[in-house]
Amino acid sequence: MTARTAAAPATSRAENVQRVKTPGGLEAWLVENYAVPLVAMEFAVRGGAAQDPVGKPGLATMLAGLLDEGAGPHDAKEFHRAIDDLAIHLGFGADRDSISGHLQTLSRNTDAAFDLLRLAVAEARLESDAIERVRGQIVAELRREANDPEWMVARAFREAAFPGHPYGRPVRGEMATIDALQRDDLVAMRDRVFARKDLKIAVVGAIDAATLATRLDETFGAWKAENDLTPVAATTIANVGQRKVVPLDIPQSAMRFGRPGLSKTDPDYFAAVVVNHILGGGTFTARLFREVREKRGLAYSVYSQLNEYDRCPMLLGGNSTKNERAGESLRVIEEQFRELGETGPTADELDKAQKYLIGSYALRFDTSTKIAGQLVNLQLDGFDPNYLDERNAKIAAVTLEDAKRAAKRLLGDGSLLVAVAGKPEGL
Amino acid sequence: MPMPHLTPDAAGAAPGAAEIAEFKLSNGLQIVVIPDRRSPVVTHMIWYKNGSADDPLGRSGIAHFLEHLMFKGTERHPQGAFSDLVAELGGQENAFTSYDFTAYFQRIGKEHLGTLMGFEADRMSNLALTDEVVLPERDVVLEERRMRTDNDPAAQLDEAVQAALFAHHPYGTPIIGWNHEIEELSREDALAYYRRFYTPENAILIVAGDVEPDAVRDMAQATYGAVPAQAEPPLRKRPREPQPRAHRLVTLSDEKVEQPMQERVFLVPSYATAAPGEAEALDILAHLLGGGPTSRLYDKLVVEEKLAVGAGAYYMGSALDDSRMWVFATPSPEVDLETLDAAVDRVLADFLAAPIDEADLRRAKTRLVADAVYARDSQSSLARWYGESLATGMSIEDIQAWPDRVEAVTPEQIVACGRKYFDKRRAVTGFLIPAMEVEAADG
Repeated sequence: MTARTAAAPATSRAENVQRVKTPGGLEAWLVENYAVPLVAMEFAVRGGAAQDPVGKPGLATMLAGLLDEGAGPHDAKEFHRAIDDLAIHLGFGADRDSISGHLQTLSRNTDAAFDLLRLAVAEARLESDAIERVRGQIVAELRREANDPEWMVARAFREAAFPGHPYGRPVRGEMATIDALQRDDLVAMRDRVFARKDLKIAVVGAIDAATLATRLDETFGAWKAENDLTPVAATTIANVGQRKVVPLDIPQSAMRFGRPGLSKTDPDYFAAVVVNHILGGGTFTARLFREVREKRGLAYSVYSQLNEYDRCPMLLGGNSTKNERAGESLRVIEEQFRELGETGPTADELDKAQKYLIGSYALRFDTSTKIAGQLVNLQLDGFDPNYLDERNAKIAAVTLEDAKRAAKRLLGDGSLLVAVAGKPEGL
Repeated sequence: MPMPHLTPDAAGAAPGAAEIAEFKLSNGLQIVVIPDRRSPVVTHMIWYKNGSADDPLGRSGIAHFLEHLMFKGTERHPQGAFSDLVAELGGQENAFTSYDFTAYFQRIGKEHLGTLMGFEADRMSNLALTDEVVLPERDVVLEERRMRTDNDPAAQLDEAVQAALFAHHPYGTPIIGWNHEIEELSREDALAYYRRFYTPENAILIVAGDVEPDAVRDMAQATYGAVPAQAEPPLRKRPREPQPRAHRLVTLSDEKVEQPMQERVFLVPSYATAAPGEAEALDILAHLLGGGPTSRLYDKLVVEEKLAVGAGAYYMGSALDDSRMWVFATPSPEVDLETLDAAVDRVLADFLAAPIDEADLRRAKTRLVADAVYARDSQSSLARWYGESLATGMSIEDIQAWPDRVEAVTPEQIVACGRKYFDKRRAVTGFLIPAMEVEAADG
């Protein structure tokens, strides 16, 4: 069967992306647009929760939370006021593989916004009252989630999937060790991670390349050139085939399931994207949705997704079903994984999935913040802007044979690592 | 919060900013077009001016259940056909039900707008339901309720707080419905509700994105225009909540609670029921008191006195009837809820006893008006904000003049509004606490 071909995009997205190289050696991807008087910036630096020292989980998250709690000449209150006076949006976060930041400003305040960003990333004070305040907020969050089924099932899943590996540790920390995180630890992490080497930046909006280059060098100029990251070993989901049940007195069981995935650089990756969409990626049209929710009324939410930590590609999914029918739900899900792995999708499913994936790509690019986020992710994955124009062609090129092969590789015999929180019956 | 169209003075010259267009078809359908030409995508939304507050007594959850059933097919397009088509054309779709409105939307390449209008117009009057599809979907709704509420003590507390605040008005009933009533909802209930409310004169079409207003009008006429008018739009008359006189305390205790929490909800006017300037003042008050780390509750309770780890406020201004203002706080360890609650009282009272700080007020107004500019970056956000406002009694002119009305609010108005509405007798306080421990007989 011949692969379908996608028409070349009428306008090239890649053409709109300027690769701005600053005198200081940074690179930023810029989409210049003056239709709305805003500037949106997203950035990420490699080195996230997987860099937390052993016994001190949550450090990267705490550091991210403290960057806007006092910096340079401003204490926490003054800094927040300076941000609010100009209605700037400034925030930071951490995931397993990176620490990231988000800046959005009205174009008339761009200079001031970059200056505040500079203070946050280069001169955060990390004062003890701010540290204790942020620690208190993290603790309250951990307490709130302690008996939350979604959080409990996520924990059970990651502990079983990544025993002894940094990916098995909690990103936001845990009650038992949160008090151990001290200022010295925060400073040490900042020194190791905040470097220009693996810094990825994307900017969308009312700013030109020359101005942006100057602002970025001012903002990140004080960062050292090289980082000092602890290597994270490549890994894959362990304990596939096992079931972990966490008892909780609630009427509905929350489930997470998964098995190893295919990497973004794997030649079958795009075929895997198509297969996942057919399995559980599409709302209303996916096999999981139709069999679990629509036909049997077993769940409101059931899905699958391809996800990838830096050193670990995965196929993950989730579902919530009342306790009495939890076993039935899981059986249907496992059957769907097995069947699709064995026989692959139909030609009709393939065709429809390709049409959706190709047609809906444009929907990821309809706000400045979303565009900037897409561009940072592409940089973290090691791609260049041409990906924006090539991606649809790659989806279109997947043949039925490719899809069947990818389904076998991705789904195998359908076995899954399954974690359940609740009082599931019939497992 | 209503979504304004920025005046040039407020935003600076904005090249490419286009006028919002409004039309009405002869069958009563109201149409609003919000151009945004930055990407070749369109957001197509149909809003019905009914929500859970219009559920008949004893049939709570029917508006939301019908929203689910609207995906079950028509005579012409059987179940799955519309969704399959949207997916095939590369679109994304969803729907939501609130107290005062129900909305259906798709985001898709602009060239497919006419096609989607045809399908949406079709299900406005040709829904075809059988028990075979209705009953499993009722199970789905029960799972949704379990996921959102029955599994979550904090959600159960808020459900009880709303029921106490609105002793008379249907805002006190959860949108998804009470469990025992959901279990009894039938196909006939759904169809009766559908025939009453899903009519062109009861609907608003909002199209945002890379579109020309005239082209939208023509496409709408060719599709929605063919749906016959029913007569008058249905009357929405909910029993008014009497002005409250007694503060109420609701506590929910559950063994799953590790982190106690306090919330207080006040009965306050909405943009639809407020006297001129009051709703704008309430929006500013919510920001001043609990809009983030520069707000009064946060500054006093979290930073200065360390009685709380978090504190905030939220005003639900877009409502057809009298609405609510939340104030909430999470205690620091070792601080009990009674102490925290008394501190909230004190901070509110001190705030209202003194003149409003000019710098604080400037900051709040700057933030509120700027949010309007940020919203212009997202056609979906714009579509939502216009839809919410229009479905709860605002006009386009009201929405567009909002920044000016916010700017015009005086410090004295804020204090007067605050003293009138932040009265504990108008409120329900909720405490989320760990499981009660039975006291040992020996004390």
